[in-house]
Amino acid sequence: MVGIVGYGAYLPKYRIKAEVIAQQWGADPAAITRGLQLFEKTVPGQDEDTITISVAAARSALKRARINPKDIGAVYIGSESHPYAVKPSGTILIDALGIGPHVHVASYEFACKAGSEAMYVAYSHVKSGEMKYALGIGADTSQGAPGDALEYSASAGGAAFIMGSERVVAEILFTHSYTSDTPDFWRREGESYPRHGGRFTGDPAYFKHIMGAAQALLEKSKMKPEDFAYAVFHMPNGKFPQEVGKRLGFTKQQLEVGWVVPWMGNTYSGSSPTGLAGILDVAKPNDLIFMVSFGSGAGSDGFVYRVTDEITNVQDRAPKLREMLDTNKIHLNYGEYAKFRRKIKLND
Amino acid sequence: MRDVVVIGAGMTKFGELWEKSIKDIFVEAALKAIDDAGVDHIDSMYVGAMSSGLFVGQEHLGAVMADYLGVTPIPATRVESACASGGASFRQAYLEVASGASEIVLAGGVEKMTDGADVTEALATAADQEYEVYQGITFPGLYAMIARAHMERYGTTREQLAAVAVKNHRNGAKNPNAQFRSEVTAEQVMKSTMVADPLRLLDCSPVSDGAAAVIVASMEVAKKLKKNPIRVIASSQASDTIALHSRRDITTLDSVVRAAQKAYKLADKKPSDINLVEVHDCFTIAEITATEDLGFFEKGTGGEAAEKGWTSIECKRIPVNTSGGLKSKGHPVGATGVAQIIELYEQLNGKAGARQVEGARIGMAQNMGGSGASCVIHILEAI
Amino acid sequence: MITARYHREIPQRYRLEAAKCSSCGHVSFPPRLVCPQCKARKFEAVNLSDEGTIVTFTVVRVASDKFSKETPFGVGIVELNDGVRVTAQIADVHPDELKVGQKVKLVFRRVQEDGKAGILCYGYKAVLA
Repeated sequence: MVGIVGYGAYLPKYRIKAEVIAQQWGADPAAITRGLQLFEKTVPGQDEDTITISVAAARSALKRARINPKDIGAVYIGSESHPYAVKPSGTILIDALGIGPHVHVASYEFACKAGSEAMYVAYSHVKSGEMKYALGIGADTSQGAPGDALEYSASAGGAAFIMGSERVVAEILFTHSYTSDTPDFWRREGESYPRHGGRFTGDPAYFKHIMGAAQALLEKSKMKPEDFAYAVFHMPNGKFPQEVGKRLGFTKQQLEVGWVVPWMGNTYSGSSPTGLAGILDVAKPNDLIFMVSFGSGAGSDGFVYRVTDEITNVQDRAPKLREMLDTNKIHLNYGEYAKFRRKIKLND
Repeated sequence: MRDVVVIGAGMTKFGELWEKSIKDIFVEAALKAIDDAGVDHIDSMYVGAMSSGLFVGQEHLGAVMADYLGVTPIPATRVESACASGGASFRQAYLEVASGASEIVLAGGVEKMTDGADVTEALATAADQEYEVYQGITFPGLYAMIARAHMERYGTTREQLAAVAVKNHRNGAKNPNAQFRSEVTAEQVMKSTMVADPLRLLDCSPVSDGAAAVIVASMEVAKKLKKNPIRVIASSQASDTIALHSRRDITTLDSVVRAAQKAYKLADKKPSDINLVEVHDCFTIAEITATEDLGFFEKGTGGEAAEKGWTSIECKRIPVNTSGGLKSKGHPVGATGVAQIIELYEQLNGKAGARQVEGARIGMAQNMGGSGASCVIHILEAI
Repeated sequence: MITARYHREIPQRYRLEAAKCSSCGHVSFPPRLVCPQCKARKFEAVNLSDEGTIVTFTVVRVASDKFSKETPFGVGIVELNDGVRVTAQIADVHPDELKVGQKVKLVFRRVQEDGKAGILCYGYKAVLA
């Protein structure tokens, strides 16, 4: 049996409300809150980035897995906000957590899919018997241009998953990926903020790829939507994951727990992985979980998990996503947010 | 070791000296000291400076100043012990004369802090760079943590901290060389801008330019010159952990306690024998802990002593910082320790004017580096 | 900051590696070559606890240029559960809420950066537990 042996999520404490951003740009807050189902989003502290978020999430994953960090054979961090353009994020993480130096490390980038990609490769290594444990992380301090629609959703957070074959808490039963060249969202080298194709990001991109992966996964697994206790899809806003779930035949109840976007925002590479962590926090043995990520450019990775008896042993060993989402929040005004996100031009 | 005396002193005004370079101010102070002593030569010299490399991009100050003072080829050495550099410079001159190696030595100190360097960063190099400064702590921050601990443990109040600044400004107003010659009220201190809680702007010594120099000589030389020499009856120095967090007790500066014990022993004096003391009040809390750690007041009562006026010139119990202290006179770091000696020299010669402590015969100077990792103490006596 | 200087401190800044005196048991952080308590010179490596208590603190409102965009920020002396004290920034809290005696936990954060183009420097900071 191969699957997740430890997981952890991390969200910064800082928040900004969608209506505060809307006010700044003279937009109608209702269009964002009611229309896109986005109420507030996480904001990284001035001292937080993809690496510190990854370390915090992976620390929780290690606490749950209770394994020797030295037994981890590979570490992959998927993000589109790696702090360095050239220099891996994972090297800093392994030295912080006491992993390695006999370890394979890489940074992944595939828009919002980089996290599930890291999980997929980590899982494959363990499944192939190449190593005992592998760590896959999705984390981001997402960027959205000031005044752009993305500014309401681009948030910060991440989740880490240690894959292994002993004391598995969620077995990975099936995977499927679906990819094509679709320029729906991109950021050129040297640009500060991503660009996107507006409504082109919908049907030809998000929906096509998630549906493609999801339908193939259902076929492969010979399962039906109603077999699953939970489902989680990439969450660029509140509306899209609900809509794609509906199109695939999942109910609101199945989506509810992993649908963390209205109060968290879109943590890009950390989006569906964070939702998965939130589900694992409350899942019961034998629950089936359906997950499909989406990354612009474009592609989707799908996973079918079956929760094992081990889950109840690990759930309380580290902070749960819901606690981090609902408590200890520090709300920022737009000025503070602009300063935190370095949107103000300063002297060198 | 033989008797050593101070026979001359000179200093620049402390403050923002925009028109003058570090060489200008050092040479000005040194010439005043040489002229005051009436000597026709010096055998060697010491230059106390904390961070001229960061402040003005110039190291090797011994040679620089010997050159511009026109005294080459005498030995000239820069001495660095953070904010205690001036005191350490004086101590080196004292030791050189006491040992018999030289007869007349100039002990100077200088700092030029207003030439545009990041002063906060430069001063912070006196703390542990990797384990204190790395975290963003500043010097006001370090002393603020001492203040907070002192307030928590002994009930020291905000008003008591302010009393130190009020008294030092009152004294400094009477010192023609002081940077701030204006009095302040406790209310002004307590309403000034917060720098590092609980310390406010008027709890902090200022950023200053300035230089000070004294001529140290053997008693034999002094007798020939028929000067009014002031004898150095104790010179002591102690060190402590560089990081504040490693200290046995955050509210007690052990280097001050140790150096004081040694100084009292060398001079064969006790705190009640001292007629006035110049302490290193880089922050108001530092004067409170110094007056305790030097043995003038019981531990924890320094704040009360300040508030009750026991440290004022008028009270005479133990006048502290008659010069105005670092707070009002100014704190050009490397010059401070030498300037303290100058205040004692003037007081013990009865030449301190409006700030004169009547009948003063024995004075102490306590100069401190970092958050107390270095302390240099001298006791001087009128002959 | 010079990269070599930063790199050298990584075991302490990232993992709180300390040195326990083989003779008297005193724990030094960072490790030293001579035990400050008994002067012995043999040590074993230990990792410090990441939980502790605020012994004293301040709120830095005027910082060096490097930290000036982050003011005001809390800095405290934290006594870790194994008795070792460290100086650390206290993050994610309004400075007015800080108190002596509060329980804290050390977390991994970006502490400073070497200008706009130099390396990013990480290490521990405290957050309220």
